Amino acid sequence: MVTENKKQAIYFLFFKSAAFLSVLILLFVLLYIFEEGVGAININFLTNMWSHRDITQGGILQAIVGTLFLAAGVSIISIPVGVCTAIHLNEYAKDNQFNRIIKLAIRNLAGVPSVIYGIFGLAFFAIFLKLGGSLISASLTLGCMTLPWIITASEEALKAVPFSFREGSYALGATKWQTIKRNVLPHSFSGMLTGSILGISRAMGETAPIIMVGATFFISGLPSSPFDKFMALPYHLFILATQHSSPYARQYALSTALVLVVLIFALNFGVFLWRYKLRKKKKW
Amino acid sequence: MRNHRDIKERIIKLFFSATSVTALVILVGIFLFLFITGIQAFGQITPAEFFLGSEWNPNAYEEPKWGILSLIIGTLMITIGALIMAIPVGLASAIYIAEIADSKTKEILKPVIEMIAGIPSVVLGLIGIVFLSPLIANFFGLNHGLNAFTSSAIVGIMVLPTIISISEDVLTSLPNEFREASLALGATKWQMIRMTLFPAALSGIAAAVMLGLGRAVGETMVVLMVAGNALAMPLSFFDPVRPMTANIAIEIKEVVKGSLHYETLFAIGFVLFIMTFIVNFISDIVIEKEMRKYKW
Amino acid sequence: MKKEDAKIEFRKVNFWYGDKQILFDVDLKVSEYKITALIGPSGCGKSTLLRCINRMNDLVPDSKIKGAVLYDKEDIYEKNADVIELRKKIGMVFQKPNPFPMSIFNNVAYGPRIQNITDKDKLMYIVKKSLRKADLWEEVKDRLGLSAFSLSGGQQQRLCISRALANNPDVILLDEPCSALDPIATAKIEELLKKLKDEKTIIIVTHNMHQAKRISDYTSYLLNGKMIESSQTAEMFSNPKNDLTRDYLNGTFG
Repeated sequence: MVTENKKQAIYFLFFKSAAFLSVLILLFVLLYIFEEGVGAININFLTNMWSHRDITQGGILQAIVGTLFLAAGVSIISIPVGVCTAIHLNEYAKDNQFNRIIKLAIRNLAGVPSVIYGIFGLAFFAIFLKLGGSLISASLTLGCMTLPWIITASEEALKAVPFSFREGSYALGATKWQTIKRNVLPHSFSGMLTGSILGISRAMGETAPIIMVGATFFISGLPSSPFDKFMALPYHLFILATQHSSPYARQYALSTALVLVVLIFALNFGVFLWRYKLRKKKKW
Repeated sequence: MRNHRDIKERIIKLFFSATSVTALVILVGIFLFLFITGIQAFGQITPAEFFLGSEWNPNAYEEPKWGILSLIIGTLMITIGALIMAIPVGLASAIYIAEIADSKTKEILKPVIEMIAGIPSVVLGLIGIVFLSPLIANFFGLNHGLNAFTSSAIVGIMVLPTIISISEDVLTSLPNEFREASLALGATKWQMIRMTLFPAALSGIAAAVMLGLGRAVGETMVVLMVAGNALAMPLSFFDPVRPMTANIAIEIKEVVKGSLHYETLFAIGFVLFIMTFIVNFISDIVIEKEMRKYKW
Repeated sequence: MKKEDAKIEFRKVNFWYGDKQILFDVDLKVSEYKITALIGPSGCGKSTLLRCINRMNDLVPDSKIKGAVLYDKEDIYEKNADVIELRKKIGMVFQKPNPFPMSIFNNVAYGPRIQNITDKDKLMYIVKKSLRKADLWEEVKDRLGLSAFSLSGGQQQRLCISRALANNPDVILLDEPCSALDPIATAKIEELLKKLKDEKTIIIVTHNMHQAKRISDYTSYLLNGKMIESSQTAEMFSNPKNDLTRDYLNGTFG
């Protein structure tokens, strides 16, 4: 038995280290990006337009704005469809072939490689629908990719509403829609919203789906219509890291990465805080 | 009055069902576009040449080469390498979180692991370029570190959260009765985990690994930035490789829409799609079965 | 047994959840303006029987019923029956109080709002009347805007009763309404029910046979999904006709 306990201690130590390795990796990534990237961060970097000739004179304003526009576009496209799909799956769907297929489709969409979304977007939105390389093509493409995440997050929020609420409502003679509208949606709304924000923040970091449908490295000025090409933080950082010839490119890549990471983590952290506050308030 | 009410309810129900079809439409759309565009390539290339040809060189002057074997091998090498690194660490972490850690530690670890999943792949690729590959180049005495090994390491990191959280879910869903019965017979915790829980969770964990595999196969940006992008058939893990995803991403911007090259890229895309579809499909079925087994 | 026309009647009702049969050839007649208690050991099907009356069992997938359940002489399970209207006429109180996460006022006003009553004064009138009928008005009249969860367990249950009353139903079904409450809260609710039966038909499922004896006019004993005996409460408790009933009442099992 003594040997068993000793064995256990060793294995458990290994397991514990493995688990904390993840913490280390995350901390390392965040700290590294921060330390390397913070050097070039200043007001000019964040608020100036990109200067093609001498990149040290310019800033990444357009990439920031482009990413935000994209986030808005993706939200408009994927959140309504995603939430309604979740409502169908959780409140209406019976266990039949149709719904099993829908659920299968959603799970598979979540596993499709990002570059495949990219070429699909190219072939369908940009070429077939003649939307060209543009904010709207990219929003639609990314929107398809984000849809399964929104659906899953919204389903979780709906599931969190206890069945007893619905039961009490039906027993009072409410119809299904009355029950959903008055008793389920109000209490799942913030969960769906925060889950959607998390999904959108993931979309903001994606590069492959937007490479071929409108993201460019340099445009002059800001996009003025959804049919314009646009700059975006992940693509900007990618080009700086791999194809740019300026000696400052690497530094700027790291700084752009820092801005992107800060943006995404700020959203995640905001959601985390919001959910924490909500959980404390919740009386059920 | 009642008809009015019933009709309204019907319409609303129909509306929600209709929106849920969107997901299916997108999936079918992707399949169709990949297939229809990709299949046209086989009007000019034989499948044997495509799948078994070891040279991919569409821009070759005299005779373009359309063999994707080196691309497939690149994908496989990185996937296997990533899994070799991620499975032990992932399983160990999952066991720790599910069975050993106290709830406060769990509260910290789980969100942290989720956050790793939130790091954009392009950022990890960047770290690969500026930090990890010089390190590996130094350590192993190479010219540069952009190869299968380095990218496996980073893809391994990306795949960790998937393996950890699903395996942890599987372990947690095992009924407590298993644990109690085992401990009541005098087993140590490790014996309980090893001899009771682990075998029971095995297929669920296999499903988690499959999902991780799917992610690794589909990873684009990291491999684009760190795998080296050489078209030659790789002979060792320290050779640069070009997996299928990177190949599509690199070349799609240069091709003429509708050309043979364009079509072959879609064919590669179709192969990728089928691979990830099959992997996800199988692991889905396994997970459903597992979860259902122990829900009672 | 019962000479008056039955408000609710079960005729040879058989019920299944999936493959499992819960009710076997159940016959039951429920008289109007009386309290009818359903007693029996746990798992015997009393709750299932109760939920057949307002078709709450419809919410469970794979449920199947055979036989007739008549409400005011009409089979509520016939093809074109209006379930929504049925549930407005039959109120239900559940075992564990389940107030909505809203204010006290909004909980009680829920039923009227579902019926498209939006006039504020009318809603206030209905809420006040229902809370009064449930003996809760005095305790909450100054805090109608507070969350229902600020009330004690017993108060929450009375809130659920007044929520059911707001629809002005003819029948009230109660599924072990006091099992989660302390004796004082229980007594309050029992008093309340005795008052309510003047205007409503009440059916209460209870595992507490003493409660049945205290408040009900008629009692039905259910065992393993079969109706064993139904009669006037006083008679059943003093002189049960069936041996199985006698065994249960004597505490020989269950």
